[in-house]
Amino acid sequence: MDDLAVLDASGIVKTFGAVRALTDANLRVGEGEVVALMGANGAGKSTFVKIITGALRPDAGNVLIRGREARVGNPAEARRSGLVPVYQEPSLIPDLDVGDNLRLGDTPVGPFMDWVRELGVEDVRLADMISDLPLATLRILDLARALASEPDVLLLDEMTAALPTDLVERVLTVVRARANDGMGVIYVSHRFTEISELCDRASVLRDGRTVGDLEIEPGVEERAVELMLGQKLDLSHREGAASRGAASGASRLSVRNLSAGPKLTDVSFDLHPGEVLGVVALEGQGQDELFEVLSGFEKPTGGQVEVNGRPVSFSHPADAIAAGLTFVPGNRAEALLAQRSVRENIALPFAARPRSWGPLKLGRERERVRYAIDKLQIDTRAQGEAQMLSGGNQQKVTIGRWLATGVETLLLFDPTRGIDVRTKRQIYPLARELAESGAAVLFYTSELDEVALACDRAIVIFNGRVVDTIEASDADEQTLMRAAYGLTGTEAVS
Amino acid sequence: MTEALRKHAWTMGLLALLVVLLAATKLIQPSFGGPGLESLARAALPFAFATAGMAVVVIVGGIDLSVASMMAVCAVTAATLMERMAGVPAIFIVLAVGLGMGLLNGALIVVTRVPDIVVTLAMLFVWEGVALLILETPGGATADWVEDSIRGPFLFGWLPKAFLIIALVTAAIWIPIRRSKLGLSIYATGSDEMAAFRSGVAVGRTKIAAYGICGLFCGFGGLSLAALTGIGEPVPGPYLLASVAAVVLGGVVLGGGRGGLLGPIIAVFILRIIRTILTLMAVDPNVTTIIEGTIMVAVVMLGTAATLRSARR
Amino acid sequence: MSATDTNPPLARLGRLMRDNPMIPLVVFLILLIATLEVMRPGIVMPFRGGRDGLISTFWVGNLIKFAIPLAMLAACQVLTMLTAGIDLSAGIVATVAAFVCATLSSIWGVAPAVLIALASGLTVGIVNGIGVGLVRVHPLIMTLGTGLIATGCLQVYQRLVINAGAEIPGFLVWLGTGRTLGMPNGLYLFIPFAAFVICLMRFTGFGRILFALGSNERASMLSGVRSWQVYLALYALSGLIAALAGLLYLGIIRQTSLSLANPLLLPSVAAAVIGGTSIFGGRGSYAGAIVGALILRVLDTMLTLLQMPEGARTALFGIIILAVTALYVRITGSR
Repeated sequence: MDDLAVLDASGIVKTFGAVRALTDANLRVGEGEVVALMGANGAGKSTFVKIITGALRPDAGNVLIRGREARVGNPAEARRSGLVPVYQEPSLIPDLDVGDNLRLGDTPVGPFMDWVRELGVEDVRLADMISDLPLATLRILDLARALASEPDVLLLDEMTAALPTDLVERVLTVVRARANDGMGVIYVSHRFTEISELCDRASVLRDGRTVGDLEIEPGVEERAVELMLGQKLDLSHREGAASRGAASGASRLSVRNLSAGPKLTDVSFDLHPGEVLGVVALEGQGQDELFEVLSGFEKPTGGQVEVNGRPVSFSHPADAIAAGLTFVPGNRAEALLAQRSVRENIALPFAARPRSWGPLKLGRERERVRYAIDKLQIDTRAQGEAQMLSGGNQQKVTIGRWLATGVETLLLFDPTRGIDVRTKRQIYPLARELAESGAAVLFYTSELDEVALACDRAIVIFNGRVVDTIEASDADEQTLMRAAYGLTGTEAVS
Repeated sequence: MTEALRKHAWTMGLLALLVVLLAATKLIQPSFGGPGLESLARAALPFAFATAGMAVVVIVGGIDLSVASMMAVCAVTAATLMERMAGVPAIFIVLAVGLGMGLLNGALIVVTRVPDIVVTLAMLFVWEGVALLILETPGGATADWVEDSIRGPFLFGWLPKAFLIIALVTAAIWIPIRRSKLGLSIYATGSDEMAAFRSGVAVGRTKIAAYGICGLFCGFGGLSLAALTGIGEPVPGPYLLASVAAVVLGGVVLGGGRGGLLGPIIAVFILRIIRTILTLMAVDPNVTTIIEGTIMVAVVMLGTAATLRSARR
Repeated sequence: MSATDTNPPLARLGRLMRDNPMIPLVVFLILLIATLEVMRPGIVMPFRGGRDGLISTFWVGNLIKFAIPLAMLAACQVLTMLTAGIDLSAGIVATVAAFVCATLSSIWGVAPAVLIALASGLTVGIVNGIGVGLVRVHPLIMTLGTGLIATGCLQVYQRLVINAGAEIPGFLVWLGTGRTLGMPNGLYLFIPFAAFVICLMRFTGFGRILFALGSNERASMLSGVRSWQVYLALYALSGLIAALAGLLYLGIIRQTSLSLANPLLLPSVAAAVIGGTSIFGGRGSYAGAIVGALILRVLDTMLTLLQMPEGARTALFGIIILAVTALYVRITGSR
C-alpha cells in the first residue's frame, strides 16, 4: 500500500435471503480522486452504496476510511468517520426549515451558506421550509450540507438527476475543485457526459462483482458499455426475430404526449394487437409513472390515452381492467397475497366486483386456475401459501391471474427481475404466444437481452421522453444500452 | 414575515374562533364572566394535558390510545398516595409513574416492532386494569391545597388558576424540548423517518422519548383529575377521542412532523366552550354528548382526508 | 417474504400454529378445564364431588351459554381484522340493540322492536363503513368515535322512553335461558350462525376479498377490487352481527342496562386474537375465535375462583393481546 486511499472497500459480499446482491465488490478512492461507480440496472450498485454509507452491514469484506476500519452500521457513524453521502432522494426533513435541518446534523451554518452561494443558488434563507423549496434547490442544499461538513470522501448518488443544466455545470465545477484540494469523490451516475467531464476513473459493477477499472479517456463509453454487459452478445438465439410480422390494423392502445409527475414528461406510442412492444429505460426515467398511469393507479398530468380508439381516463385500476388493461408489477410483493394459496391468488379477479361476492363457482374457478397453472407450468408443490413459492413461481402466479381471466392488453413491468433463468425462458414465449393469439403486450424490462428475445420492437425512454424506437432485428444489447444512456437516437440529451 | 404569518395562520385562526365563541357565549348569557371562565378552564384541565401528550406522539408519527387509561392510573395513584403522605413527594411520584408508563409504551413499540396503534390499544387495557388494581372503587383523597390550586381566579379576578397551570406546565415541558436537539429529532422522525435516519437521528430513542413525554403529560392529567374530583377514579374518562380530535383540529397532521402544542390546546378550549354554549342554550346534556362526538368524528375525518390529499400530491 | 429461519423451533411451532391453529387451541382449552377441575374438584366432573354424571352438562351448558354472545361479537372482530381493521363499536352496538329492543317491545310489539334494533346496528355499521372505506379514517379511531356517538344517542333515547318500561321478548328469553337436550337454546341459533360466518369466509367471493384486502390491499386493487365497497359491506355486516349478539345477550341477562354488552368488547378482541386471527389482516379463523371465546370463559371462571380482582383480568386480557401479536411478528418476521 504505497499511498493511503481515503476510501478502500474490498471484498464486499451481501446476500438477501437466496439472492446474492454482491459477490465481490471493490472500490478504492485515492486522495483527490473522483471515481465513477457504474453498473447496469440490478448490478448491485444501490446495495453497494448502502454498504459504503453504513445503511447496510456487509456479510463479508470491510470498508476502510483513511486506513481505519469505518465503524459502519448507521449513517451517523459513517458520517463521523469522514464519509458523507448525498442521496438520490433529498435527505432533508420536509417539515423543518433549513436552519433546523443544519442543527439536526450539526452542520456549521457559515460554510454551508458559502457553499450554497458557490453552487449558484442565491435566494435561500435559513427560515425557509424544506417542503416549500423546489427539488433542484434541495439537491443543492443537500450537497452544500455535505460539503460544509468537510468530508474526506463525498458520495454523490445520481445527484444531478433533477437538476437543470446550468446547475449541473456548477456542481461539477465545485466538486472538481474540492477534489483538487484533496477530497475523494465517488460519483454514481448513468450519465456519460458528466462522468467524462468530472471523473478520473470509472469502476464498473456487474452481477454484484467489480469487473473493471477504466481510465477516463475518449471512447471510454463503448468500453464501459461492454463491461456492464459482460461478454459479447451471443446472437444465435435471435433467429425468430425476422419471422415476426409487423402488427397491423388499428392500435389497441394509443398513448399521446403523456406526462405524469416530474419524471414522465412526454411519451407517445402505439401498441397493436398481436404485438409485444418493449420499453427500455435506465432506472427512474419515467417508466414507473407510465405504467402507473396505464394501470389506473395514478392520474396523468397531461396527454391522452386511447384504448381501441376511444379516449379513456382511469381513476381506479378497476377502470383499467374494465378497459382490458391488466398490469403485472415488477415488485412481486405488490401483486401477491403472500399468505394465501396459489389458487386464491390466481382467482382473485373473479371475485373483485360486488356482483361476484356470492358463493364461489368452485367448478369454473378450478378449471380456469388449472388452465393458468398448466399454461405457466407453475410448480404447485407449495401451493398452500404463495410466499413459500420460489420467486419465479410467484411471478408466474401474478401473470397467471390474468391468463385465467383472459388477456386483451397485458402490461408487464420488469416481470423477470430477480427470477431464475428457467422461468425467464418461459416468460418470453408466453408473451409471444399471447400476442399471437391477439393480445397486445407492453413489456418493460431492465434486462436488455430480453428485448430481442421477446419483443417486436422497443421504445427507449430517457429523461421522461421517447428518444428512440428500435426494431427487434436491431435490438442487440450494445445498441439498446447506448440508446438507454442517451448516446444515440434523435433526441439525445446533454 | 409573511412566512411566519402563514406558518401560524392555523393557530391564529383557531384563536380568532375561540374569541368569537367566547363572545357568543357572552351574548347568550350576559352574566358569563370570571366564574364561567374559571369552570371552563377547570373542566379543560385534563383534556388539555391529554391533548398535549397526544400531540407529542402524533408529531413523532405515532398515536397513543392509552392516554385516558394512563391518566386514570395517575389519578388513583395520586389519590392513594396523598391519603398517606405529603402532597409534594406524592406529586413527584405520580409524574414519575406517568413518565415510566409512557416510556414503557414507547419501548414496547420500538422493541416488539408491533405497530403503535396495536401496542397502545393493548396497553389501554393493561393500564385500565392497573388502575383498577390500585383502587377498585373510586376513593382515596387529595390534599386540600392541591384541590385549591386549581380553583378560583389568579391575580385579576378573571384569569383562572387552572388556565395558568395549563400554560405553565406545557410551556415548562415543551419549550425546552422544542428548542433542544430532541425536539428537532421528534419533528424529523415524524416528518420523514428515512431522512431522519440518514441525518443521523436515533429514531428508536426519539420515539421512546416522545412516548415518555406523553406519559409525563398524562401524569399531570391524572393529577388534575384527582384535584378536580378530590378522589381517585379508576375508570378512564372520555379523553382518548377528545384528544385525537383536538390534536387534529389544532393543526397537528396525523402521520407526524407538523404542528405544535399551542394549536391543540386552543382546540381543547374551543371544543370545551362549544359544550358550554350548548349547555347555556339548555340543550339536553346527552344531546350535547352526541353533538360533541359528531364534531370530533367529523374533525378526525376531515383531518384524515386532508392528510391523504396532501400525501397524494 | 418467507418466514425467517433464525429460530427454527419457534418458526416451526409458528408454522404449526398457523396451519392447524385448532390443535393447540383445543389442547389448551382442555388443559384449562382440567386445571379448573383440579382447583375445584367436582365442578366439571360431578362424580368427583359425589354427584352423578361423568361430565356436568349443566356446567358445560352454562359455559357455552355465556360464550355464545362473546363468540358472536368475536365474529365482528374476526371479519374486520381480516382486512386489518377492528370494530370497537361492536360492544356498544350490542348494548344499543338490546336496549332498543327491550323498550320498544312494550310499545310497538316484538317484531318491529327486533327489526329496529337490528337496523340501528346496521346504521352504525354503515357509518363506520363510510368512515373507513371512503374517508379512510383508521378503523380503530372511526369505530371508537361512532361508539361514543352511539352511547350519547342511547342516553338521549333512554330519556325519551323512560316511562315506557322494558319488556324482554319471550323468544329471546327462551333462546337465552331455555335448554333443549341439555344444551342452551342459544346454541341452536349459534350453530347456523357460525356455519354462515365460516362459509362466508371460505366459500364466497366476499370472503375471498376480505382475506385479499387484508393480505395486500394494493394487489387487490390491481386485481380490480374497489376497496370502499368491501369496507362498507363489511362494517355494515359487522354492525348487524353485533346487534344480533346484543339481542341474544339480552335474553341471557334478562335485564336492560346502558352498558349491558360493553364489557364484552375487550374479550371479543382477545378471543379473535387468541383464535389465530391476525390483527394485521389476511389471516384468521372463526372456528379458532369460538374456541378462543370458550378459553376466555374458562379463564374467567378460574380467575373468579382465584378471587382475582377485576383489574387484573382486564390487564391480563391486554397483555394476552399484545403478547400474541408480538409473538406473531417475531415468528413471521413480518407485520
